[in-house]
Amino acid sequence: MPEHFDVLILGAGPAGLAAAEILARAGRTVGLVDEQAQPGGQFGRERIRQRPGRSGRKLLEWLQHRNGITYFPGHRVVDCDPHPALVTESTRGSTRLTGGALILAPGARELVLPFPGWTLPGVFCAGGLQALAKSGWPVRGRRIVLAGSGPLLVASAHTLRHEGAEILAIIEQAARGSVARFLAGLPTWPAKALQTLGYLPTWARIPYETGAFVAEALGEERLEAVRIVERGRTRIVPCDLLGTGFGLIPNVEAAARLGCVLTPTPHPSVRVDGLQATSLPGIYAAGEVTGIGGVERAQIEGAIAGYAAVGNLPKARALAPKLAHWARFGEAVNRHFALRDPLRALARPDTVICRCEDVTLGEIDSAGGQGSVKLLTRLGMGPCQGRICLAALAELRPGYGTVTGSQAARPPLFPARLGTLAGEPAPEPHP
Amino acid sequence: MNPHLIVIGGGIVGAALAATAAESEFGVTLIESALPSMGATGAGMGHLVVLDDALLALSARSLELWREIQDRAGTGYRNTGTIWIAETEADLPGLRQQSLDLAACAVASRLLDHRELHALEPELAHDLPGGLLVPGDATVYAPKAVAHLLDRARRAGGRLLLGQTVATLTEGGIRLAGGERLAGLVVVATGASVPRLLPELPITPRKGHLVVTERAATTIHHQLVEAGYLKGVHGTDEASVAMNVQPRPGGQLLIGSSRESGNCDPGVSDPLVARMLMRAFRFLPSLRERRAIRIWTGFRPATPDGLPYIGQVPGRPGVWAALGHEGLGITTALGTAELLVDLLRNRPTRLDPAPFDPARALFAS
Repeated sequence: MPEHFDVLILGAGPAGLAAAEILARAGRTVGLVDEQAQPGGQFGRERIRQRPGRSGRKLLEWLQHRNGITYFPGHRVVDCDPHPALVTESTRGSTRLTGGALILAPGARELVLPFPGWTLPGVFCAGGLQALAKSGWPVRGRRIVLAGSGPLLVASAHTLRHEGAEILAIIEQAARGSVARFLAGLPTWPAKALQTLGYLPTWARIPYETGAFVAEALGEERLEAVRIVERGRTRIVPCDLLGTGFGLIPNVEAAARLGCVLTPTPHPSVRVDGLQATSLPGIYAAGEVTGIGGVERAQIEGAIAGYAAVGNLPKARALAPKLAHWARFGEAVNRHFALRDPLRALARPDTVICRCEDVTLGEIDSAGGQGSVKLLTRLGMGPCQGRICLAALAELRPGYGTVTGSQAARPPLFPARLGTLAGEPAPEPHP
Repeated sequence: MNPHLIVIGGGIVGAALAATAAESEFGVTLIESALPSMGATGAGMGHLVVLDDALLALSARSLELWREIQDRAGTGYRNTGTIWIAETEADLPGLRQQSLDLAACAVASRLLDHRELHALEPELAHDLPGGLLVPGDATVYAPKAVAHLLDRARRAGGRLLLGQTVATLTEGGIRLAGGERLAGLVVVATGASVPRLLPELPITPRKGHLVVTERAATTIHHQLVEAGYLKGVHGTDEASVAMNVQPRPGGQLLIGSSRESGNCDPGVSDPLVARMLMRAFRFLPSLRERRAIRIWTGFRPATPDGLPYIGQVPGRPGVWAALGHEGLGITTALGTAELLVDLLRNRPTRLDPAPFDPARALFAS
């Protein structure tokens, strides 16, 4: 397999695939690196028990037959440098891939907002629960509550119901008026309005409560019930599983390691210009990593990055109006489903914030006055490398985020074999 | 009235001084420009080790003082011991000499032959011929040790000024960046940090890298250091590496070490990390398949002759130095503090302070 390409793309989700298509059409060689076993990213995840669905199968065939694209599924990028190069690990060993240019399209992950009981077995991220169900984890007959904010809750409910789960309720924290204004604005994006209509059968059968939130997950050994607060009224709902979705945050670790300028926001994103160019020469970013805005915006950004990387600036610039149209959709979601303050006040002193190192909010608060929170509590020092807890803390205790932010710029980007970091190729597994 | 002592620097040396001085009837103010343990203290391994060189007496005494701490558990203290490992037969005479040197300072050690070495540490490469076990050595979690020492200083009446920078040393005290003046005896314990309040005492930052692994089952129970480690410490190479591996509670491993002079960039150097890991694989081949979760760097405060400055600074009445401990600050902080407080009190000292006298830097040819 070649190891040098005209353009490297990190991420085979909507943005990365859109960029790959344009680069391949322009006759460029592309190294398309993705952590997942199948293309499409989190958005395009296929049910595994069926054959890949039509879009997935088409994608795979297209990737396999499109001249110029070398697809690296199941490859996790553990380090990178701005030359540019990506150091990857897979079950087949470790490789170092280089390119003339690099397009970063690593997508986003779910924001975890700790609340009492969130570490009980049976509590999941809504998107993670949806992905598990798609990959064959049985949910048939399980009683599920989905709570948090945004359209992802409805999409998760749709999948889970399809897989035979009993969805007891969707608990949406946004106010009824906010949700109504979001829906009223949908006709601006007819495709989204249609997609929403597709969810209506799900929506119509499930209690959808607005202005409400899950204040606590209850149970001894595992989740047994949730405590729901709605306009000051509290009730206990017995259930088997809870899926929480508080929104998405960009995966900026590779960009930070390269030295790209990020936004100075609680959950940083990569700064790009109108051509998706980052602050570093030859390095572009597209999709959720430049700010949460949905699949259509990601695809357009990917296409712009692809055109920009081949120097076709008129085509890249021509997409600007379309991008603005879809960027407004992302803004509408972010605005109407913005998290409200009561959700940030749920965690108690004994609520665990960092699961890797077992650090509670109380320990964090008492260390704050005495020294470096990170050094004293070891917050963010575990194998998740702070992805979960530092993002959570940016919501719960905004002041601490800046103290801990520098971690992202260091290698490895994910836990990596020491042999890989020493530059030794991993042995090929026995056939 | 108790004399007032101003300690500048909230690393392990400053914290040890603050605790020791406050507990021997000084009024203490510790000033730290950022947060405690943010320099070499927080970046290092926290290995309490008796070194077989000019720091033998100071490190041996310091180990005794660490053992005397009542709440050792609160500092993360674990009596792991150290095994110095011979790479080839040629390293064995050096280990025999090291054992004799340690014995002269009443530090116990035991030579290990090939069989004993591999019985104690089965993950070591099979061709390694032997080692030297120093059972009294230990490890601590330095940021917790600093918190413990600062807490003791506070309870003995000391006060802490965090986030305050000392602008200059003045006659009879210091002036803070905000303009406020404090009067008292002054100890500068700022390690490798800038600005240098004592420019006449040369300190060079000596960069090091550390790698920490995920938690996983391991049979490694001692701190493992290659016999050639001191060559790197005393050497003047631009960049050197030596195997130094520490088991942490819970199954993580800390892997070092590298030394670079003249590099002030805090970034991780991938080629040097690769060299450092290859050196570790030479002794512990099983490390290849362990996973790293974090790599970071730090700067050791190095002096030209490798010895710290502990004592009065010539030409600056009332100003004392306690800095330049290179990679041995965690080990020797308590011995340094005891020595300096005895000097401040004008009492007989347990150790000979002459080798550490800052005057040597001013009168060096």
